Amino acid sequence: MSKKTVELEVSRTPEMGMDFRPAHGVLPPVDLTEPVLRSEKMLINVGPQHPATHGVLRLVLELDGETVVRCLPHIGYLHSSFEKLGEYRTWNQVIPLTDRMDYLAPFIYNCAYAMAVEKMMGVEVTERCKVTRVVMMELDRIFSHLLWLGTWAIDVGAFTPFLYAFQQREKVYTLHEAYTGARITTSATRIGGMMADLPEGWLEGVREFVNQFPQTLDEIESLLSHNAIHIGRTQGVGVINGEDAINCGFSGPNLRASGVPYDVRKDRPYYDYETYEFEVPIGEHGDCYDRYMVRIEEMRQSCRILHQALDRLPDGPMNVDDPRVILPSKTDLMNDMESMIHHFKLVMEGVKAPPGESHFSIEGSKGELGMYVVSDGGSKPVRWRVRPPSFINLSVIPKLVEGGLFADVIMVNASLDIVLGEIDR
Amino acid sequence: MSSDESSGYREAPLPDEAEEQETGLVSLDGKDQAHPSVLGLEERFGDAVLRHEVVAGDEHVVFVSPERAFEIIEWLKTDPDHFYNYLSDLTAVDYGSGRPIQVVYQLYSIPMRRAIRLKVELPLSELEIDSVVPLWEAANWLEREVWDMFGVRFRNHPDLRRILMPEGYEEGHPLRKDFPLRGRFSRAEQTRRALAQTPEDYYIPADYGPGRDFQVVGWQEVGGEPVPLEEDSPGSANQGSAEEDADRG
Repeated sequence: MSKKTVELEVSRTPEMGMDFRPAHGVLPPVDLTEPVLRSEKMLINVGPQHPATHGVLRLVLELDGETVVRCLPHIGYLHSSFEKLGEYRTWNQVIPLTDRMDYLAPFIYNCAYAMAVEKMMGVEVTERCKVTRVVMMELDRIFSHLLWLGTWAIDVGAFTPFLYAFQQREKVYTLHEAYTGARITTSATRIGGMMADLPEGWLEGVREFVNQFPQTLDEIESLLSHNAIHIGRTQGVGVINGEDAINCGFSGPNLRASGVPYDVRKDRPYYDYETYEFEVPIGEHGDCYDRYMVRIEEMRQSCRILHQALDRLPDGPMNVDDPRVILPSKTDLMNDMESMIHHFKLVMEGVKAPPGESHFSIEGSKGELGMYVVSDGGSKPVRWRVRPPSFINLSVIPKLVEGGLFADVIMVNASLDIVLGEIDR
Repeated sequence: MSSDESSGYREAPLPDEAEEQETGLVSLDGKDQAHPSVLGLEERFGDAVLRHEVVAGDEHVVFVSPERAFEIIEWLKTDPDHFYNYLSDLTAVDYGSGRPIQVVYQLYSIPMRRAIRLKVELPLSELEIDSVVPLWEAANWLEREVWDMFGVRFRNHPDLRRILMPEGYEEGHPLRKDFPLRGRFSRAEQTRRALAQTPEDYYIPADYGPGRDFQVVGWQEVGGEPVPLEEDSPGSANQGSAEEDADRG
């Protein structure tokens, strides 16, 4: 019985006086001014395996009726110690670990890591590589938001958008596969460039996707944005204001839904993002619905960036001409002894980074994705740290769900767009 | 912190002098770029600012003394000229072979669009520092992770528990350099311990932090009369959540 119900019942019987006893005589006197609530709280264990936890996440919820009194997240079920493993691998060998963290946007993680190491080493990648990486990052932003959109729709009770979204995702999977040979674990970047130049016809594939995608997005949006059930489930749920959101370390669409215009692409531009024309969508209320709207709009903006990037993609070498990081060409390798030695050293010992460190942040699909790399001059990192956006976003969930209804926990969790691979690392 | 590093503060080092310092870090161009917050820190906190480096071209790193770290971070956060309102990252670095562990604060000011990195060096014998949870709630899980992975204790942290490793993990702190990649125990011992665990022990959040005690309020029959199991003041449920809020704030 919730507090409100008790108050209503008590106020309906004023003639009973201050020390009334109910007819059945089992309840003790009730103080009318401040009703004493005697209800048993209940513990509900959501997860670790649960369809609506988006991974292996366990939430211990303390419920008073349907109201969440307390929420205790338990994480670590997918802990794979990626950061420790990275310390035993050469700089380039770390790249396959990065896409296993966020398998929903692998290119973004590949790129962020390569950028951080390049910044530490002072390697400036070629123009073609820069634009290619922008294409890939924006493609994967859409890719990641689409999975969020599909699962979000399922959590709200709609199944159709899920199918629409996954149909589109499949097209991006095909593009991943066409370039890297892998659908999820792409490992596309290398220090100083990419694993290979773009295959023939790949850019046309991207252009085709970008051309037809907005129509599908409109269709999905028409199913949700003005849907009464969707609005009822999400508006005013899980509200956080801008100041609290900054204080809690929110980033990405979650932070922008609370009205804070912080986007790393605009605030600390990398890869010439300042020269692309795009808007940063901002929410107003900081509730689940605004987080939904911000992500929908971000996909449209990503399409805009993709169009511009595809138009400006220059010809030229993909990899930087720097023998410290890039293998010699196969022709040189076969004909030139020096190149052979160079190739042997790079393969056997790996790229050697000079002593130094760098903390490089990019705007990932989940939020600000930081890569902190520390080198002592060897071919392996001393420390490789990921600033995990999902991890910090998830840490706010008790604040968002406590005091709300149990059913809203699912919506709030869906609106945060977390990926457990990166949270547990 | 080694003795020569802690011996004292050097007046804002000239570019040439600074390059001679044994920092172990490479400084690219941009050494002479003045960072207003670095100047402000050196002016205001003098001795507590141990040294300043520029790494990777444009990233400013300031080493501060552990005793005054909290005070310095609080000033950076609240001072209107600096206003680092966003805790971008909090982590630690272990260089191994007995060298001090560095706790790294990556701060960012959203209105000023300015970043700074603070580092605090903690000797292995004294891995304790003030928590910054009173300043940023974002630090809560980040500090728990640093405790879990490096064994750095954070004073005044509301809920310092392991976060990624299991609650009863006894092998130490995995990201320390002296921790072997496959763990300290044999595979057989690890399996035995995993099987011996009772996850239900951690099911009821009995003492997770102050003001967070879980109590079941129920009824029992005493001589035919129902009495509450535990006598608590009216509205205690609300009181509990108020305390929780105070913890967070």
